[in-house]
Amino acid sequence: MSTTPPTAAQAHHHAQPHTHTRALSAARTTATAARVLRQLRHDPRTIALMLLVPCLMLVLLRYVFDSSPRTFDNIGASLLGIFPLITMFLVTSIATLRERTSGTLERLLAMPLGKGDLIVGYALAFGSVAIVQSALATGLALWFLGLDVTGSAWLLLLVALLDALLGTALGLFVSAFAASEFQAVQFMPAVIFPQLLLCGLFTARSNMHPVLEAISDVMPMSYAVDGMNEVLRHTDVTATFVRDVLIVAGCALLVLGLGAATLRRRTV
Amino acid sequence: MNKSSGVSPHPASGDAVRASDLTVVRGPRTVLRGLGFAVPRGQITGLLGPSGCGKSTLMRAVVGTQAKVSGTLDVLGRPAGHPTLRTRVGYVTQSPSVYDDLTVRQNLDYFAAILDPGRAASGRRRDDVTRAIADVDLTGYTDTLAGNLSGGQRGRVSLAVALLGAPELLVLDEPTVGLDPVLRRDLWNLFHHIAATRGTTLLVSSHVMDEAERCHRLLLMREGEILADDTPDALRTRTGADTVEAAFLHLVDEAVAAGRAKESAR
Repeated sequence: MSTTPPTAAQAHHHAQPHTHTRALSAARTTATAARVLRQLRHDPRTIALMLLVPCLMLVLLRYVFDSSPRTFDNIGASLLGIFPLITMFLVTSIATLRERTSGTLERLLAMPLGKGDLIVGYALAFGSVAIVQSALATGLALWFLGLDVTGSAWLLLLVALLDALLGTALGLFVSAFAASEFQAVQFMPAVIFPQLLLCGLFTARSNMHPVLEAISDVMPMSYAVDGMNEVLRHTDVTATFVRDVLIVAGCALLVLGLGAATLRRRTV
Repeated sequence: MNKSSGVSPHPASGDAVRASDLTVVRGPRTVLRGLGFAVPRGQITGLLGPSGCGKSTLMRAVVGTQAKVSGTLDVLGRPAGHPTLRTRVGYVTQSPSVYDDLTVRQNLDYFAAILDPGRAASGRRRDDVTRAIADVDLTGYTDTLAGNLSGGQRGRVSLAVALLGAPELLVLDEPTVGLDPVLRRDLWNLFHHIAATRGTTLLVSSHVMDEAERCHRLLLMREGEILADDTPDALRTRTGADTVEAAFLHLVDEAVAAGRAKESAR
């Protein structure tokens, strides 16, 4: 084994006052985000699936509702909010589960990495993938599939991005309760499907049984879909839209905080 | 097997690790039972014992990743797990903890950025990463994905991560398991080189007794207790055995006999 003597640079490093762990450090957070993106880059198939599947679904939907463009407008706009949530949920829950099972999470938490660095790093990395994904899907829907939106396309993108953030947060959180990839994947029907059924995609929430309507009132995806529908129908930013956006963003932050609480430096 | 010099190149100036009444509970089991020991600075201390005797738990306690630790455990003058120790202690888990979907250099670049962050440190980081890769003899694999390396090579990437930033204490959990004899010899030479030239303290666990002869000091463990804390030479002399393995077996027999005597006296 070749052995090199320690260099002057290291001696310098050694003498340096050590940087202590803070909850959030910009350099460590961006390093983490860059690392997550670098991992993705070695996996082009995953990138292709993340970016293209939502587009294919929209094309499919467009021709399923070939004779009723109004229905396509409604469902298409809702789906533009739901796709990023589901994709980011799946990708984040598997990625963090792998981080836990491979021992890299334990290693990182034994290093001066703040929990916030890791969580915000993941959110930044997958958030930027979500921007690309949403831009592609929104552009395709608006310009090629004839999705008729009254409001601004930028507002659609904003909601889509917040939904992606919410998906990342939920994925991070549930990965703490999954012992294997099998379990992590099963959390998707458990956490996402009920919201999908109750969010107003299939029928207006006001038409549901009062109990279900009450449940849908406390589920974040309902507000994601509401927000999309506001943009669909109104030219300007409505008070309801602002409320929806704030609720989705608040839920994302809350769940990210819960996710941070599941990261323990000391484990049994 | 080569015998180590037995004498430290750096005289012990205080202990790197000092434990008293160290107890760890995992679920219903008490894994470590009131241990007391010291790991001298600048030396290689071997932690030996059969699988399941509590070696990994002890190492996790030293690194500060083990929950439910009671008693006293000081590492480099601070309580184990203290935030200031996170850059001063390098830790290698039994199974390699690296990202399989990153190259060797990308793995090290990331961990280096966590240990020594900021753009100003990028030159220093690059040197540090290059040196760590050279230390573990993977210079020819810098741009290979960790997932495409052999098990032994991935283990060495994991070791290289722990060498980043020149830590004062290296805690290595079974670093030579599954390696061929040539690589094992090379790694032990590296450990001795690091201890001798950098003054680093090494705590190395193994369940292969012949590796004990390469350590300056030994902690022999069995069922959550420490049977002996001595140099290999002193152990052999004390027990009249030719090898550390024979000495260990002798001590186990003694402990079992003492346990029986205690029981029958009751």
